[in-house]
Amino acid sequence: MKNLTFKKKSKFIEFIGEKFIAVNAFVALAAVLLIFIFIFKEALPIFYDEYIQEEVTIEKMIVKQAFAEGREAKFSWQPNSDNPRYSLLPLFIGTLKASIIAMLFAIPLGVGGAIYSSQFASKRMREIIKPAIEMLSGIPSVVLGFFALIVLATFLQNTFGFTYRLNSINAGIALGLTVIPLIFTISEDALTSVPGSLADAALALGANKWQVTSTVILPAALPGIAAGIVLGFGRAIGETMIVLMASGNAAIVSSAFTDSIRTFSATIASELAEVVFGSAHYSVLFFLGSLLFLFTFIINMTGDIVLIRLKEKLQGGK
Amino acid sequence: MHKTKISVDNIVDNQTFIPNYPIKMSIRDVDFFYGSQQALYNIHLDIIENQVTALIGPSGCGKSTFLRTLNRMNDTIPGTSLTGTIQLEGVDIYNDFSDTSMLRTKIGMVFQKSNPFPKSIFENVAYGLKVNGIKDKAIIAEAVEETLQKAYLWDEVKDKLDKSAFLLSGGQQQRLCIARALAIQPEVILMDEPASALDPISTSKIEDLIAELKKNYTIIIVTHNMQQAARVSDTTAFFYEGVIIETGDTKKIFTKPIKQKTEDYITGRFG
Repeated sequence: MKNLTFKKKSKFIEFIGEKFIAVNAFVALAAVLLIFIFIFKEALPIFYDEYIQEEVTIEKMIVKQAFAEGREAKFSWQPNSDNPRYSLLPLFIGTLKASIIAMLFAIPLGVGGAIYSSQFASKRMREIIKPAIEMLSGIPSVVLGFFALIVLATFLQNTFGFTYRLNSINAGIALGLTVIPLIFTISEDALTSVPGSLADAALALGANKWQVTSTVILPAALPGIAAGIVLGFGRAIGETMIVLMASGNAAIVSSAFTDSIRTFSATIASELAEVVFGSAHYSVLFFLGSLLFLFTFIINMTGDIVLIRLKEKLQGGK
Repeated sequence: MHKTKISVDNIVDNQTFIPNYPIKMSIRDVDFFYGSQQALYNIHLDIIENQVTALIGPSGCGKSTFLRTLNRMNDTIPGTSLTGTIQLEGVDIYNDFSDTSMLRTKIGMVFQKSNPFPKSIFENVAYGLKVNGIKDKAIIAEAVEETLQKAYLWDEVKDKLDKSAFLLSGGQQQRLCIARALAIQPEVILMDEPASALDPISTSKIEDLIAELKKNYTIIIVTHNMQQAARVSDTTAFFYEGVIIETGDTKKIFTKPIKQKTEDYITGRFG
């Protein structure tokens, strides 16, 4: 037999390749970190700059402010007034209302669709439903916003007789359309990844298809479904274009879902381009951005913790 | 695969010579197809009550497929079809049972890999009762204890009934799966290589359990393990390429098989 001569591998190329990949990873990490630092830094003057503090402080953003002495104090977002006021409450309420409607709309449709597609649909049907729903996420949000602004708003107003054409329900439903594919895809993956042996065991014990789904598959897939919902909520809070176009953009304090709203994200998008660089308004907008980042961060963290707890419970080990 | 049908006369069936054994299930002329691919040819077999029937044969010979026709588990696979008749005490399980879930309460099943639900030990055993409409908590609790005792698992788990079933060892999990199947009081229990993933000690516990269970149940077991078939079963059916080559008393099959193919297989010449 002929002697084999093995070629020595180049240590140098291996070294360069490994370092190159590491650099890529760190660039991405650094970019994320730098963006956060920049946003927080631009918001900071609110806490120490005297000129800015004359106009706005944390307290002024939370407590009711009056336009002038003798006038009634209100929660209002009026950055361009002679006496600018920056109450966060109307924006917070607007963001919350749009997200709540979006989730109320998207959770039943996304999770329900995932259950149907993964458990009850024929193979053929599934091959139609899955790509169709996932295609929703490929639609640019400006197109969905346009649709909500022109078509959906008119339809909803004609059907339910809303006073304001553009309101949180209209924006929330359009927002829900972007959240559905997210919830659907993650839930569907979770449901189909439940081992078939569990379904077999339940069937062999005389359970019917519906019982198998509700008592075995669904509980086992719950962490995945919860993850989908949490990520969907994060998306709904951060989404900008749709709420900018379809919500009416009125920063008002109201509990009625039929009133117009304005969200954090839409406020930043619509005002940052015209704001005076370095002004109080400028810092406040960055403060909003920081808050938005913190919200989504906390939501994702809570989601993760819930997921880990659920997983532990489902997979044994108390 | 055999393309020609083998007539019933060609199948050696020496169990018909044994008189006075009540027949629990009878299988006649069963052909089974995955789509257009035929997996079982003209299966003819009687399952005797309160006995252990072992199904042996090389991988892919159709013994697991056959086992799954007996409680209609193959119905869940799209595109499968079956011709011929399978009767449980004279009742045709394919034509007279419109509700497969009712059939499966009479014919239970234990799978190759233990597959407890991600629930507590108690809930695992209670599951079959609950999905079949038993709500009374006292009845369920009593049935769970009784069943776990029948599976010789009670002493090992009585203090941790509310703990996850995943905390049990592999062998305990498989006995839990057997207990789970027993809870709904089936008449026949199908076992698909129930000990193939277990260590020798756990395997022997399962085999002891099978020997004990046959007093009250009719058991059909698929196994790759010749010694196991010889140890636990009363009757053996040898499957080869979708056909039953030989059936009969286990002792006879393992000592004086009639067909050359059977002898070749049990002596380890192929398989």
